[in-house]
Amino acid sequence: MVRFNMILLLTVVICALGVVTSQHRGRKLFQDLEQEQERARQLDVEYGQLQLEMSTWATHPRVEKIARERLHMMAPDAFGRVPQQQVAVLPSKKGAR
Amino acid sequence: MVVRRRQQRGHRFTESPVLQLALQGWRSRSVALLLMGAFLTLVGRGFYLQVINNDFLQEKGDSRYRRDIEVSASRGKITDRNGDMLAVSTPMRAVWAIPGDARAMPVAQKRQLAALLDMSPKELDGKIGSEKTFVYVKRQVPPETAERIAALKLPGVHQEKEYRRYYPTGDMTAHIVGFTGVDDKGLEGVELAFQNSLLGHSGSRSVIKDRRGQIVEDVGALKPPMDGKDVRLALDSKIQYLAYSQLKAAIESNNAKAGGAIVIDARTGEILALANWPTYNPNNRQHLSGAQLRNRAITDTFEPGSVMKPFTAALSLERGKVHFNTVINCAPGRITIGSATISDAHPHGALTVAQIIQKSSNVGTVKMALAFPAKEMWEMFDSVGFGQAPNLGFPGEVNGRLRPWKNWRPIEQATMSYGHGISISLVQLARAYTVFARDGELVPLSLVRLDDTPVHGVRIFSPQTTREVRAMLEMAVQPEGTAPKARVPGYRVGGKTGTAYKVEGGVYAKKYVASFVGVAPISDPRLVVAVMIDEPTGGAHYGGDVAGPAFSQIMGGALRTMGIPPDAPIQVADAVAGKGRL
Repeated sequence: MVRFNMILLLTVVICALGVVTSQHRGRKLFQDLEQEQERARQLDVEYGQLQLEMSTWATHPRVEKIARERLHMMAPDAFGRVPQQQVAVLPSKKGAR
Repeated sequence: MVVRRRQQRGHRFTESPVLQLALQGWRSRSVALLLMGAFLTLVGRGFYLQVINNDFLQEKGDSRYRRDIEVSASRGKITDRNGDMLAVSTPMRAVWAIPGDARAMPVAQKRQLAALLDMSPKELDGKIGSEKTFVYVKRQVPPETAERIAALKLPGVHQEKEYRRYYPTGDMTAHIVGFTGVDDKGLEGVELAFQNSLLGHSGSRSVIKDRRGQIVEDVGALKPPMDGKDVRLALDSKIQYLAYSQLKAAIESNNAKAGGAIVIDARTGEILALANWPTYNPNNRQHLSGAQLRNRAITDTFEPGSVMKPFTAALSLERGKVHFNTVINCAPGRITIGSATISDAHPHGALTVAQIIQKSSNVGTVKMALAFPAKEMWEMFDSVGFGQAPNLGFPGEVNGRLRPWKNWRPIEQATMSYGHGISISLVQLARAYTVFARDGELVPLSLVRLDDTPVHGVRIFSPQTTREVRAMLEMAVQPEGTAPKARVPGYRVGGKTGTAYKVEGGVYAKKYVASFVGVAPISDPRLVVAVMIDEPTGGAHYGGDVAGPAFSQIMGGALRTMGIPPDAPIQVADAVAGKGRL
């Protein structure tokens, strides 16, 4: 009878310790998950900011300005022609990267 | 006596005479009673704590380790039809302070904070010197700056997450996209029109935090945040830029006061571009004036002038009153109705119906219009959407002004036939022209992208009538017409000029509204473009000279952007000149 009680007691103690450790591990994992989720949010924000930056660089007025002023490009007329002297200018100028 | 007995003989413990000692009965009973009383007290206390006072205690307990945190949701993006960003939210910080605590800050730290926030120390002192318990020091602080402020660990200074809206395309799309206020509330344009679907709903979760402030467990119900839905407009940012820059150029070269331009896809009724001038930069909204904010194309009405003539002609053709080549005598360039005389800008002789549209003869149009009862004309105007808001869901849409036919006098019916005495917005005008582009059907307009589902309109005119009207419109851009400058090389286009006097204080002033509305390509119309220039003062004031070139540029560019094949026959002169092609 006494032995049986001792075994039960031991089992209870082991179970209790098990609960404690699993709870602890659970919380640790939860924190990791939390961190990763936070990182995902951060990356999401960064993605939004990069998208914004990209669209700011790629605005049509800016593209047109660079094309006209730096690259000396011009729109062809309705038949796909570009005036001769404009083409001659091109090779001497440095192209954009 | 007891001691003696123990010495006398051994016995079992349970039979110990000590235990057999009889006590007086009341003593044992009173002890039992006391114990029972104590036990009952405990039970009562337990009951009180666990059942009666449970809620209060639970709450107190929770407040020691449980925290409710808000999970913020962001506002939806607005993109154009190809997914280019038109409006995006990005997180910012609001720096706020509890003045009572913040006053204790050392002077050096105050100076640091002021420098980081781009404020003068005096300004900062003013903010934290207030008697309130909460004060925003600065809102919309960039996250990097906010982190540096947080690293200073200033007393009484806190931060809060908020969002700021950015508009990468700026003034180009300002009127259609609109803008939001500081609290994510749409104030203008699509931001206001689609406020309900754009708005995000922040969620909440309750968690257990440990001593170090880290979340260790989720408890209780979780309300997930609902991000606002993205809105994909029908707008094409390339065509929008084209419309905007050409409109701006036309206004500058004609020294005009204002203007608007619209591009509509005739197949679906989608608005591909909508530009207004003057405009503003939605990213920096200081010193805004009402004139800049107005979305003229939708909220302002004007007397359209001759651009209405094709509708009168179409009605005449539809009712069989005239044919394409019916000759109407327009000499001597004047017609008198009642006490008023209507005259042509340039007197013409006898013209066919097609030539009346081509040369924009008021007299000829009036003669056609007077063959109808007022009711029929009103019904036609009403059916193409004049006098009723275009139902875009856009804030500030106007109905325009189309008076009930019962009150029309003959002179009014006459002037209305060529676009005076009736007022409409540019968007109504462009929409009405989809009738000519779609073989007689009127489609509802759409601000948002439709996924290539075929759109069915309401039939107004027969296909035969609209084909004939299109031919007339094409004649108007020929060298003999009113708008040779509206031609688009490589494409067959058709359109109608409008040059209307403005009404000021009830009388017609010597100020003009020049407009041009057209469709292209004529062989299979796809686009409707409408351009309106308000008060040109650069010498020219005819629609063909002022709005025509802008129309040509916008239409040509939009057709090429959309990859619509040219339908004009290649001219020999061009082919010869094309030999020098590179």
